[in-house]
Amino acid sequence: MENEHLITIEEFCTHYGIEPSFIHSLVNFGLVEITIIEETHYLMKHQVIDIEKMIRMHYDLDINIEGIEAISHLLQKISDLQEELTFLKNRVRN
Amino acid sequence: MEFIDYYKVLELNKGAADAEIKKAYRRLARKYHPDLNPNDATAKNKFQQINEANEVLSDPEKRKKYDLHGSEWKYQEGASRQEKKEGGHGQQGTGSSGRGFSADYSESDFSDFFASMFGGESGGGKGRHVKYRGQDFNATLNLDLKDIYSTNKQTLTVNGKSIRLTIPAGVENGQTIKIIGHGGEGVNGGPNGDLLITFSISNSTKFKREGNSLYRDIDLNLYTAVLGGEVTIETIDGEVKVPIKPETQNNTKVRLKGKGFPVYKKEGEFGDLYVTWQIKIPTSLSEKEKELFKELSKSQANGK
Repeated sequence: MENEHLITIEEFCTHYGIEPSFIHSLVNFGLVEITIIEETHYLMKHQVIDIEKMIRMHYDLDINIEGIEAISHLLQKISDLQEELTFLKNRVRN
Repeated sequence: MEFIDYYKVLELNKGAADAEIKKAYRRLARKYHPDLNPNDATAKNKFQQINEANEVLSDPEKRKKYDLHGSEWKYQEGASRQEKKEGGHGQQGTGSSGRGFSADYSESDFSDFFASMFGGESGGGKGRHVKYRGQDFNATLNLDLKDIYSTNKQTLTVNGKSIRLTIPAGVENGQTIKIIGHGGEGVNGGPNGDLLITFSISNSTKFKREGNSLYRDIDLNLYTAVLGGEVTIETIDGEVKVPIKPETQNNTKVRLKGKGFPVYKKEGEFGDLYVTWQIKIPTSLSEKEKELFKELSKSQANGK
């Protein structure tokens, strides 16, 4: 089934030269969602940017999945704090 | 052009073994990697230096050349310039045009020192540089509060391509909008990257803005404050008549509904304008006026 928003895990892994087991681990940790259509597993293309980050963390920086999970939470926190900081800065400035 | 001590960058001694270099690189990369330091230009800079140092020191041939010639490389600069010119990739030409628009695309800018010593030899060192999804482009658009009072369309040039952009009225300072698919091109059928535009909004108006509320202090003369009346004040896009209640106190705040800033992405909806009255006590009083005030003060003292 062709869908421009989806990419099969197989195809994705071939492009990045990684093991499908890595993606499945991310799924098990709730870091990535997959779509299953007729028994084929797909990734949503909008997730690619996040998965790329996780690939870099794992393969370039030697960080294990537990570490990636913790980092993802912290990055989310930083992003929330930055948003709050911008909001507060805008209130203070004249 | 400055000499760069790559050993110092990786916090190593000159005789460091390959395994130590790898370890030091990974340790520092974990600390400064842009993925782990979002929106941090200092970390990004540092990461580029670390990358460059690793590119040289982890490659036996480059390391040998660097160890041999590195420190006196500047003396050979003249010769190497020529080499660089001929072997250049023309990467520098990706400037941007458009008012107040600055962009930053490339992730791996190496230093002049590196370029003069190794020319276009970069790359190849790292195993995994498979590209699929296009790169995201980041840009900052500088606007004034007046510019975003109404929705406007602007054409920006990013990497030689024109992009028609609608800037919704009421965007916030520091807000980022994502224009999907207008980043770098994807490879092998991969999706394009996105263009991320961050708005930097200055304020040359007399109003203070907080979300869609506007605030302003306005002077009010004593007599109008005491007796009441009507004054005409400037709003952000015109003028409005405001009634003044008799015996208005200093610092009284009034809300003018719908005279504030546009609500983001809700056309026709506006916030409120809050005016704080600053009552001005008259100065340079004439003798006659002084007399009248004295009389007034007597009557006040009797009354209350």
